[in-house]
Amino acid sequence: MSRLAGLFAELAQKNRKALIPFVTAGDPNPDFTVPLMHAMVGAGADIIELGVPFSDPMADGPVIQRASERALAHHQSLRTTLAIATEFRKTNGHTPIVIMGYLNPVEIMGYEKFADAVQAAGVDGVLTVDLPPEEAVECTALLNARGVAPIFLLAPNSSAERVQKMDAIGSGYLYYVSLKGVTGAGHLDVADVEAKLAEIRANTKLPVAIGFGVKDAETAKTVANLGDGVVVGSALISQIEANLHSPAQAKQAIIELLTSMRQAMDN
Amino acid sequence: MTEKYNMPDERGHFGAYGGIFVAETLMPAITELNTAYQHYMHDADFVAELDKDMQHYVGRPSPLYHAERWSKELGGAQIYLKREDLNHTGSHKINNTVGQALLAKRMGKTRIIAETGAGQHGVATATVAARLGLECVIYMGAVDVARQSLNVYRMKLLGATVVAVESGSKTLKDALNEALRDWVTNIDNTFYIIGTVAGPHPYPAMVRDFQAILGREAKQQCLAQAGKLPNALVACVGGGSNAMGLFYPFIDDADVKLIGVEAAGDGVETGRHSAPLCAGRPGVLHGNRTYLMSDDDGEIIETHSISAGLDYPGVGPEHAWLKDSGRAQYVNITDDEALGGFYALTRMEGIIPALESSHAMAYVMKLAPTMKSDDVLIVNLSGRGDKDMQTMARREGIEL
Repeated sequence: MSRLAGLFAELAQKNRKALIPFVTAGDPNPDFTVPLMHAMVGAGADIIELGVPFSDPMADGPVIQRASERALAHHQSLRTTLAIATEFRKTNGHTPIVIMGYLNPVEIMGYEKFADAVQAAGVDGVLTVDLPPEEAVECTALLNARGVAPIFLLAPNSSAERVQKMDAIGSGYLYYVSLKGVTGAGHLDVADVEAKLAEIRANTKLPVAIGFGVKDAETAKTVANLGDGVVVGSALISQIEANLHSPAQAKQAIIELLTSMRQAMDN
Repeated sequence: MTEKYNMPDERGHFGAYGGIFVAETLMPAITELNTAYQHYMHDADFVAELDKDMQHYVGRPSPLYHAERWSKELGGAQIYLKREDLNHTGSHKINNTVGQALLAKRMGKTRIIAETGAGQHGVATATVAARLGLECVIYMGAVDVARQSLNVYRMKLLGATVVAVESGSKTLKDALNEALRDWVTNIDNTFYIIGTVAGPHPYPAMVRDFQAILGREAKQQCLAQAGKLPNALVACVGGGSNAMGLFYPFIDDADVKLIGVEAAGDGVETGRHSAPLCAGRPGVLHGNRTYLMSDDDGEIIETHSISAGLDYPGVGPEHAWLKDSGRAQYVNITDDEALGGFYALTRMEGIIPALESSHAMAYVMKLAPTMKSDDVLIVNLSGRGDKDMQTMARREGIEL
């Protein structure tokens, strides 16, 4: 059983939900990320989503855009992001890592080389924001053959037919973006998400993680009750941005926020 | 090419290029747009309304003008200018915005957004939005806002909100990113009018179809005036909409050479250019697979061109296909060469071309002398140079 499947099975047994922090690799500098990943696991993270910085992050709001720009200033790339995963794996063999980014760096590397590289780096899942299932057949086959989960985004306006498509070629989990729009935007409408989740579950057996709009312990708890996992990104990255003068302080703030979310979700 | 050209396939592929590469949040909007486009392109009422607007609002057909003095001066082919500079708002961009705005109206959308580089597409969009009484927001890179202040003023005058985009390289690609973010956030009431033959399907095909009117006219006009099909077509290529509009009706005419002119900026060998077809590689950006300027890590490289309208790291996927299939040829012209084209047309024919179109003019100056005097060459004069007066004056050390 893959690390991701094992994790969700174990959580289901314990009646717990996955806490999934998202950070951009190399933000605010390349040395920051690996220690942060370990510290986040210590604070209760179940899966780590690692953002691959891209020059044109079309689906991201201003917070993650700026994180990408800070990382790119240090020449953080897909290759060096995989190096971060490799480094993390040296001392952590159990926490799943999902890399999340845009397609062009993958296209330039080549699908087969990419699939080999993520497998070698100990990465468990790949979410490519601008690769919808219709165009993903070739890439997902290569990933699935290597035991790496292709993970897809689901939107509030995704049809049942699209959920079925993702269910057919995706694995690991589906990532439901609970609000229309870019990352880090707007507020959370619980009734809406609840209704949509019921529709989604009718069309997939995969676990569903919910992201976009999770800000604090309270929203994390609310969202945890709706899905199988909670993704928190912009709220963490805002802590990096607020503490650019002191990465140590940024790390501390992130750990405190995640700890409070973990506690709220488990109570 | 023995079979009739019928690209793209139903999911927007031109061979390996094109397609739909967008975040899931945009998929329903893309599907809705594609359904409406497929329907209305064959709807008699829609087509009639579009034809009427093209004639009475845009001022079509635009003339095909035989530049006799310039042809004689260059001493080769007979040069014909397709006068898109004479359209309402001063460029070919209006052909597409009129079409998409009518589509937006039929779809019940109340808000229009667009990206713009030189500002020509922004002006053409603000124009049709004003006419239809639709709210209009134009995204423009902060660098372009500074170098095209006249067009910024025109857009505001027309009632549009102009948002200066400060992210990334602050040019056209960043304006496109920001417009996509707006669209995904305001999907219910907003129609995104993309200005070029790029983006996710159906945009490349749809924009081509709206622009193809200029190529169809040119073909008829050339047959009437020169008594035969042209030997070659020349057009500048940024995203590639004016070139695609001209080329498309000629693709099955195998004897007509199709030549796209990219912006070489300081020279392709310097790396400071905007010539993805000549010096880039295939990748995925802004919803489609095409030739791009990207580095070994897949990050998009900043582009350089004197002309804001050509300052874009990608190109329409149909051009990528035409290049690989060998049906079209792509060349490049530096900033300095483009200026030569700008001055030549201005002084020889009394027509001031846009800096974008000046790239095509500069290539004509190389090509025409190599052709016979009974050969016919059509070059797309895609826009007029009024918007570039400040840029040109500044280069000459004159503050207006």
